[in-house]
Amino acid sequence: MKAPKFCVYTTHMNSEALHAQIRFGLGRRGGEALPADPRAWLAQQLDGPDLALARPGATVGEGLRALRLDQTLKDKANRARAILLADAATAIDVLLTTETPFRERLVAFWANHFTVSLKRGQIAAVAQPFIREAIRPHVTGKFDAMLLAVMRHPAMLMYLDNAQSFGPDSNAGRRTHRGLNENLARECLELHTVTPAAGYTQQDVTAFAKILTGWSIRYDEEPPGYMFRLYAHQPGRKNLMGQSYSGGEQEGAQALAWLARHPATLHNLAFKLVRHFVADVPPPAAVARVEAVLHRTNGDLKAAALEVVALPEAWVPLTKLRQPTEYVIAVLRALDLPAAKRPNLNGVFASLGQPYMAAPLPNGWGDTAADWAAPEAMLRRVDWAYGVAGRAGGEEPAQIADNSLGPLLPAATAELIRHAGDRRDALTLLLTAPEFQRR
Amino acid sequence: MTPMLSRRATLLGLSSAFSLGRTSLALAAAPTEKRFIVVLLRGALDGLAAVPPYGDPDLAAQRGALTPAGPGQPNGLLDLGGFFGLHPSLAGLHGLYQADELLILHAIAGADRSRSHFEAQDALEYGTPEHLNGPRLTSGWLNRVVTALSSKSQREMALAVGASLPLLLRGPAPVGTWLPSTAQHPAASLYAQIAAMHRADPLTGAIITEGLRDRGFSEAVLAGTEQPKNRYAFAALAGSAGKLLADPKGPRIAALEIGGWDTHAYQAPRLAAVLRELDGGLIALKTGLGAAWSQTAVLVMTEFGRTVHVNGTRGTDHGTATVAFALGGAIAGGKVRATWPGLATSKLLESRDLAPTTDLRSLAKTVLANHLGLSPTAIATIFPGSSDAAPIGGVLRA
Repeated sequence: MKAPKFCVYTTHMNSEALHAQIRFGLGRRGGEALPADPRAWLAQQLDGPDLALARPGATVGEGLRALRLDQTLKDKANRARAILLADAATAIDVLLTTETPFRERLVAFWANHFTVSLKRGQIAAVAQPFIREAIRPHVTGKFDAMLLAVMRHPAMLMYLDNAQSFGPDSNAGRRTHRGLNENLARECLELHTVTPAAGYTQQDVTAFAKILTGWSIRYDEEPPGYMFRLYAHQPGRKNLMGQSYSGGEQEGAQALAWLARHPATLHNLAFKLVRHFVADVPPPAAVARVEAVLHRTNGDLKAAALEVVALPEAWVPLTKLRQPTEYVIAVLRALDLPAAKRPNLNGVFASLGQPYMAAPLPNGWGDTAADWAAPEAMLRRVDWAYGVAGRAGGEEPAQIADNSLGPLLPAATAELIRHAGDRRDALTLLLTAPEFQRR
Repeated sequence: MTPMLSRRATLLGLSSAFSLGRTSLALAAAPTEKRFIVVLLRGALDGLAAVPPYGDPDLAAQRGALTPAGPGQPNGLLDLGGFFGLHPSLAGLHGLYQADELLILHAIAGADRSRSHFEAQDALEYGTPEHLNGPRLTSGWLNRVVTALSSKSQREMALAVGASLPLLLRGPAPVGTWLPSTAQHPAASLYAQIAAMHRADPLTGAIITEGLRDRGFSEAVLAGTEQPKNRYAFAALAGSAGKLLADPKGPRIAALEIGGWDTHAYQAPRLAAVLRELDGGLIALKTGLGAAWSQTAVLVMTEFGRTVHVNGTRGTDHGTATVAFALGGAIAGGKVRATWPGLATSKLLESRDLAPTTDLRSLAKTVLANHLGLSPTAIATIFPGSSDAAPIGGVLRA
C-alpha cells in the first residue's frame, strides 16, 4: 500500500517561519519559501521602496477630476466608480501576490487607523489614492509626516467634512454665514492622536476646528488636490490644549506636529499596534516597550513595527482572530489559484461582514475577536470556504494543509482532513479549522 | 477555462429557458435522444455490503459482524438469483433489477491502486490512472465525451447537478451546473464536523454551535449522536436532474455526486441510510426522466471498494474492488456480471481486498460505444491508454 499523501509533516518545517508569515503576514502563499531567519525576513520587508507603489493607480488629481466630471455632466458614465473598481482590483492583487506581506499588514493597519470610508460615496475615486499618497509613503517613516499627509488629503477632508468648514470670522464665513464643522478636528483628537485620555475639552475641539479651517480641496485648477483657502480660515489666535497658535495655514501643521509627539498619542499608537499584532488585550509591558521606542525615535513607525516583532509576546501561540478580509486573503493565498481562477471578490467581503473600504464609522474596523466572532458571520465564512473548496482543484488538500498550517495544525484536525470523503470536504475542514481563523 | 454556469432558477423557469452562461445555446443540431448520466459515489462504497455474495462459502468467516441476513430472513437481502443479494435498503433498485433495467457489475475497480480517495477519484474522473506520473490530462472523461458528441453534431449540452463542477465534467466543452439556491451549503454532517472541530475553541466554539442552532440544526445532530437530515437531499437533486434531462431542449449528459460512503466506523447503520438515499435518488431520477427513461443509461460508480475484513470500529477501511451499477431503459439488466474472484484469503488482493476482475473503464467504454454510438477512435481519446480495458458485450439492449 502506498503511503497516504496526507499531512506528512516534514521535520525541517520551521514553525517559527510559518508563525511569522501568519502573525505578521497574510498567510503563506502556496508553497512559498519559508524564511530561514523569520525576524530578518520581517525586517527586510521594511527596507527599500514600497513595491506596490510601482503598480498602476489613479492619483488624487485624477480621482477629483472624475468626481467633478460625474457631478457636472450627470451622464451616468460613473468615472469615479470605474477608478475605484480598477484601484481595488490592483489593491487586492497586491494582497494576494505581495512578497512583503508584513508591509501590507502595516499599510492596512494605518489605513484603518486613519479610516476613510466608502460609506461616504463621494470619496470612491480618491480612496485608493489616499492609501497610495498619504499612507504608503509613511508606513516606514515618521508618524508626524503621515498625520500631516492624511489631514491634508482630499479623501480625509471630504470624509470628515473639513472642506465644508468655515471660520465664522473668515471672509467667506462672514459673507455666507457659514461656520465650523468640527468633525475632522474631533476625530483627529479622539481617534488619530491623543484620545480622550489626554483630557481635552470642547473648547479644544472648537479651537482645533478653527485651526483647520481653510484646509480644503481645489477641483478646477490643475492639479486638483489639497488647497488652503485663506478666505475660509478663521483669523486670530487659538489655544489648543495649552498651546497658542497665531493663525494662518502653518498653524495647522504646527498643531499636528505637537499632537503627533504627545505622549498620549504615542501610547495610543503603541496600544493599537500591539492589539493588532499581538493580543486583543495588549500586555501593558509590551505596549510600554513599543511606546518607549516611539518616544526615543520621535515617532519612527518602522522602529515601532520592528519593536513589535521583537516582543516575546508576539511569538506565543496565535490567538488573534482573522478579520473577514484577512481570512479571505489567507484562504486565497493558501490555495494560490492562478489569477484567472480566483473568485470574484466583489460582494464577498461584504457578505462576510467587512465591505471593502467601507467601515461604518471613522474609528474603522474593530480589532478584537469580539468584533467578528458572531454566529452567522462565522457560518458565512464556513459557507464561503465550502464554495471556494468546491472550485479549488490544484494541490492535494493534505499538501495545502501542510503548506499553510504545517505543524500549527492539530493532529486531530489533520486526521479529520485525512478521513474526509472527498477533496471538497477535506479542504473545507482545513479552511474552517480554528487554526485557520487565527493570525 | 471551462465556461461554467451557476444556474439558480427554479425548475419551472429552467424547462422553458435553459441557457449556458451568456451563450444561450442554439439547439439547431439534430438532438440525440440518448441520455447518459454518471453518478459518482464519493468516499468508496463497500461493494460487499451493497451486493453481498451470500452464496460465497467464505463470506461469513471473512465478514464477521458485517455478515448480512440471507434472503427470506428478517431484514434480509433481496435476492438476485441465488448467489448475490441486494442490500435491503435498495428496494427501488431491486424493482429495476426485476424489470431487467438494472445490471450489476461486481469485483470491478478503476485502474488506480493508491487507496487514496483523492488520487483514486482523480483517476476515475480524468479517465486514466497515469495523470500523476505521465502527461497530466486537463479534462475529465465525461467532458471529452461531450466534445466527441459535438463533433458528431449531436447535442452538445451537459450538466453538472450540484454546487460545483466535478473534475469528471471539467474541460473545454461547455458544461452547465445547476443546483437549487439553497444548496450552496455544506451537508449537515460536514457542519457537524466543523462544529466539533471548534467545540473546545475559546473564541469560536460556542459561536459556531449557536449559529448552526439558529439555522435550525438540532442539538443531537451537533452532538453527533443523531445523523443529520440532508436538507439538500440527493433525491431532490436527482429528481430535478431527471426533469432537466427529460426536456426535449435540455441537456443529454449529466453528472451527480453523493458522498457519505467512507464508512470507517459503525458501517451498518450509516451505510443503510446512505444506500436508502441513493436508492430513492435513482428512482427519483427515473421518475423525473419519464418517457426519456427508455433512452437512458445511468452509471453509478465509486473510487474503490473497502476491506473484506471488519476493522476495530465495526467499519471497513480503504480497499480495491467493489460494485458498479448500470441502469436505465437502455440497459440489458436483470443480471449480476462478475468474474468472481472468491473471498478466501488466498484469493484476496494483498490478503485484504476483493480482487478486481473487471476494469471500470471497460464498462464506461461499452456505454460510450453501444449507447452513444461513439467510434473506437473517439473512445481512445476519451480513455487514453486503456486498450487493456476491453468493452464488455451485452450491457445495452440490442
